[in-house]
Amino acid sequence: MKKSVSPDENFARSRTDVGFVPREEATDECYRSMGFKCGLEIHQQLKTKKKLFCRCPSGHYQGPEEYDAEIVRHMRPTLSELGEYDGTALMEFKTRKNIFYRLQNNTACTYEFDDTPPFLLNREALTISMEIALLLKTSVVGEVHITRKQYLDGSIPTGFQRTAIIGIDGHIPIRNKEIEIIQISLEEDSCREVSDIRHDRVYRTDRLGMPLIEAVTGPDMKTPEEAYEVGQYIRFLTRSTGKVRTGIGAARQDVNVSITGGRRVEIKGVSRIHAIPRLTHNEAFRQQALLHIRDELMARFKQKRAVDFREVDLPNSLISDDWVPLRSAREKGFRMVAVRLKGFRSILSHFTGPGRMFADEIEERLKVIACLEPPFMTHSEKLNGEIPESFDNAVRSLLQCEDSDAWVLIWGPKEDIPTALETIGERYELAFDGVPDETRKSMPDGTTIFERVLPGPNRMYPDTDSAPIAVLDSEIEAVRSGLPDDVSAMLHQLNAWRVPQDTYAYILGRNLFPLLETMIERFQVSPVFAGTLLGHRLKYLEGHFSPSAPFHYERILDLFQYVMDQGINLNILPIMLKELYQHPNMDFDSIRSAVAYRKTEAENIHSQIPILIKKFQEIRISDKSDAGVPWVMGQLRQMALGNIDLADLREKIVEAAHA
Amino acid sequence: MLEMFKGYKGAALKTLQSYKARVWGETVISTTRGTFTGIILPRSESDDDQHIVLKLVTGYNVGITVDTITGMKEIGYRKANYKIPEKEFPMSPDKPNVRLFGTGGTIASRLDYRTGAVIPAFSPGELYGAVPELADICNLTTEKLFGVFSENMGPEEYKTLAKAIGEAIRGGVDGIVVGHGTDTMHHTAAALSFMVQNSPVPIVMVGSQRSSDRPSSDAALNLIHATTTAAHSDIAEVLVCMFGPTSDEYALLHRGTRVRKMHSSYRSTFRTIGDYPVATVQKNVITPLRDDYCKRRTDRDVTILPYFEEKVSLLYYYPNMRPDIIDSLVDNGYRGIVIAGTGLGHVNKAVYPAIERACRKGVAIYMTVQTLWGYVHMFVYDTGRDLMDLGIIPADNMLPEVAYIKLGWALGQTDDPEKVREIMLTPISSETTEREPYNGYLILQGGIPEVENFLKTFHK
Repeated sequence: MKKSVSPDENFARSRTDVGFVPREEATDECYRSMGFKCGLEIHQQLKTKKKLFCRCPSGHYQGPEEYDAEIVRHMRPTLSELGEYDGTALMEFKTRKNIFYRLQNNTACTYEFDDTPPFLLNREALTISMEIALLLKTSVVGEVHITRKQYLDGSIPTGFQRTAIIGIDGHIPIRNKEIEIIQISLEEDSCREVSDIRHDRVYRTDRLGMPLIEAVTGPDMKTPEEAYEVGQYIRFLTRSTGKVRTGIGAARQDVNVSITGGRRVEIKGVSRIHAIPRLTHNEAFRQQALLHIRDELMARFKQKRAVDFREVDLPNSLISDDWVPLRSAREKGFRMVAVRLKGFRSILSHFTGPGRMFADEIEERLKVIACLEPPFMTHSEKLNGEIPESFDNAVRSLLQCEDSDAWVLIWGPKEDIPTALETIGERYELAFDGVPDETRKSMPDGTTIFERVLPGPNRMYPDTDSAPIAVLDSEIEAVRSGLPDDVSAMLHQLNAWRVPQDTYAYILGRNLFPLLETMIERFQVSPVFAGTLLGHRLKYLEGHFSPSAPFHYERILDLFQYVMDQGINLNILPIMLKELYQHPNMDFDSIRSAVAYRKTEAENIHSQIPILIKKFQEIRISDKSDAGVPWVMGQLRQMALGNIDLADLREKIVEAAHA
Repeated sequence: MLEMFKGYKGAALKTLQSYKARVWGETVISTTRGTFTGIILPRSESDDDQHIVLKLVTGYNVGITVDTITGMKEIGYRKANYKIPEKEFPMSPDKPNVRLFGTGGTIASRLDYRTGAVIPAFSPGELYGAVPELADICNLTTEKLFGVFSENMGPEEYKTLAKAIGEAIRGGVDGIVVGHGTDTMHHTAAALSFMVQNSPVPIVMVGSQRSSDRPSSDAALNLIHATTTAAHSDIAEVLVCMFGPTSDEYALLHRGTRVRKMHSSYRSTFRTIGDYPVATVQKNVITPLRDDYCKRRTDRDVTILPYFEEKVSLLYYYPNMRPDIIDSLVDNGYRGIVIAGTGLGHVNKAVYPAIERACRKGVAIYMTVQTLWGYVHMFVYDTGRDLMDLGIIPADNMLPEVAYIKLGWALGQTDDPEKVREIMLTPISSETTEREPYNGYLILQGGIPEVENFLKTFHK
């Protein structure tokens, strides 16, 4: 270990050692060599009128500060059905959180805050979940058993989520393989967090109890792209039922990632499927980096080392007045403890991801488990020379550090320091194992931070408050008879129609395939025209304008009918659609006036061509022979739209120009 | 039934037998709907015989319809061992000694595969394993008297409990906690108030509204509050210690004779009726709300009066009640009837003859009010006077359930109607009070602006 290597140099070197490449430069081979594996848990809210276990309306929301009453609860771990405590549960208990629930009368009843047992399961939700279970080709269970899945973070006031398996063991096709669907369950949604500061976590209960399905895939995706593709496929599939909620937070993914030698790490609550590739890429390299750290430690120590750190309270003499965080910690009466990490030099500044190093792994855990509020930590390997050499030397001598040691300095309320020290010790020891079992939270930059210890099956418990529900063959058959087309069949059809691929996500994501099919069948229009009218034109309108009243996609069919009935050429549809989208309640005659359409015979339009060509000769500035064509087209376009085919018109102009 | 087919019957049992499958066996089940692999769990006896319950490797349970099963193959065996980690309860000489009596209920419980519901589990080691904070409060010893659900508590249990409490007090404990199901906790609290008199130490009844098998259970905090009260309070009375608000904040200490369960499922279900509670408990701080309570003493002069006449009934009056209801009680040998009458303590004329006949036969009839709040006032209307003439005795502001318990207890001691009357009308532990404080009656009406303001300001 050379003392001369600065943390900055070490960070850069370890990045190279790990073999990190940016996402854009990564090849399939890169993931194959790491042994990249990814599975998804897709959560999708169902569009039911009421919540899953009570009769509160579903889909009504409250602002973070809008509430009628607040209650406070604490969570305590309990035994699973098989008589074991769950690791996550114990971790959450250690954090000693006060959990506050903000209730609003129109979104929550006594069920939400666990003062009333559950009512009978919402049948509407059960039927929709069976529909999705069948689309995922799963085996539907004979009897639905409500199970309690423990969550001690407080996101559900009971301390568990009521959830039930609907089907297991299904599959979906993607481009070049089949992906296993392990199971699909029907469950109640959790609270939305308002804030989580120190020992106080605040939730609102509006979303709590809304029905939601969770589809779990096998760890079958071998590249980030495949994960993305599966995410999209299932999204299209759930949307194809027309019975799921859309909008922010209505669909969320948990993404499981592992590499060879690593562990399954779960990235929770990814709301955008587009974010999946970068998150999984960075997580794979984080695991690669942690394995590299493990190897480095094993090389240094030969065996796993129990934590043996020296902790010393920082004397006041070391706290300089111009180091603001420390000064303010002293003013708050915080305890400040320096901790020696034996043999950890160059580990703390080891690369773990873009802009992240191993020290962050410790810091993230401290925030969550010991409830410290940033800033609460510094260490011997901060980048950019943040730690003055004199301070480093002073702490080193205080802790009797050798060259090969590193140190961490933490500060916080006295009562939280013991948990904090324990947490540092735990992470120290886990470094020898490589990748700890964790759930992590996604950050906007594509990296993740520690959320909690990964829970195991020990947190499941039968719901003693509800009876099992039999699923009859006749019920399954009734659902099966009303199923929408398979997503793979829809993709195949779009392809056969030669509809441009860049429209698929929009058409399937908004469940517009049935509409498109109707347009093509009923009005005999070209699939490419109809597909792009939706996938390009309508998408553009949605992104750039806001309608004055709710816009229903079925209005497009009415517009088609009108244009056909009036004998107007369909090429006017894009501009009429713009008016219709902005003013959904406007009658079609008014829209026709608004786009300034006037019925004109073809001859009338054609007769303008020679005049315009002549005019162009007078004003032309280009010598090219065809230069007049676009200009003349431009002059006649407005007149031609809705009256004649533009390609024909163009041909006529070219003819005339060459004559 | 064979342990290996626990809870299975009819078609489901036959299916298990025919495929040589058993409970706790890790089994692959082929069905017309697909293949399912998991551990076969016992089935609740009240569920149908058409399904087999399987715990999948993910921890979820599912049911498999027996009609769809085409094959079963056991590939392993794993029996669940549900046990709360038991640790020896740490004792220290400078802490008060508290005895916890177990009667059942959900203060601590585990899963029952027979009914699919939770059943109570109980031992100091288990309690310590689940609620380690108890060791900071007191030296706890436990004694399981019976394991019955609240609704199965009755006179025999009251007497046993009273005697056990007497022995423990004479044995020198500093406080008593009684773990009890919440449904009839107020009946038992009343019974103990009469059967255990002049106690030198607190006798604290406690339960939970959410079973301890769930993380949000109120059991742990209730137990902490109750042991704190038993160990450290100077209130030497029979008390019920349960949540004040539904929030995990503080408990209320209610007098055993003035408390009633008022909501079928809320945590804060117990309320003092017609008066206000004795104190609040928040973690280890007890704050008295009044000072007219019996103080803790160092002597051991407790009086145990374990009497109860079982032929007593509580009649909830309804309009158009027919006399045959009362006649049949009399004909069946009932010696006492408490009526929960309407308003100030009324019943309809139709039952007058039956009441007259009952009183003539020496049946003690006492009137209480189904409004719960307020006194019986039988002089206000003619109805009331007529009823008193017939022999009904007004029981002031005694709660109907409390009057039922007290009448049973009184008739258990004497046949003499005058003696019974004297016992009934002489307050022992505030079961009747001379005054009703202005804030005794308090039912907040939700939806009204000032109440909503209050609810927003304080934790509900």
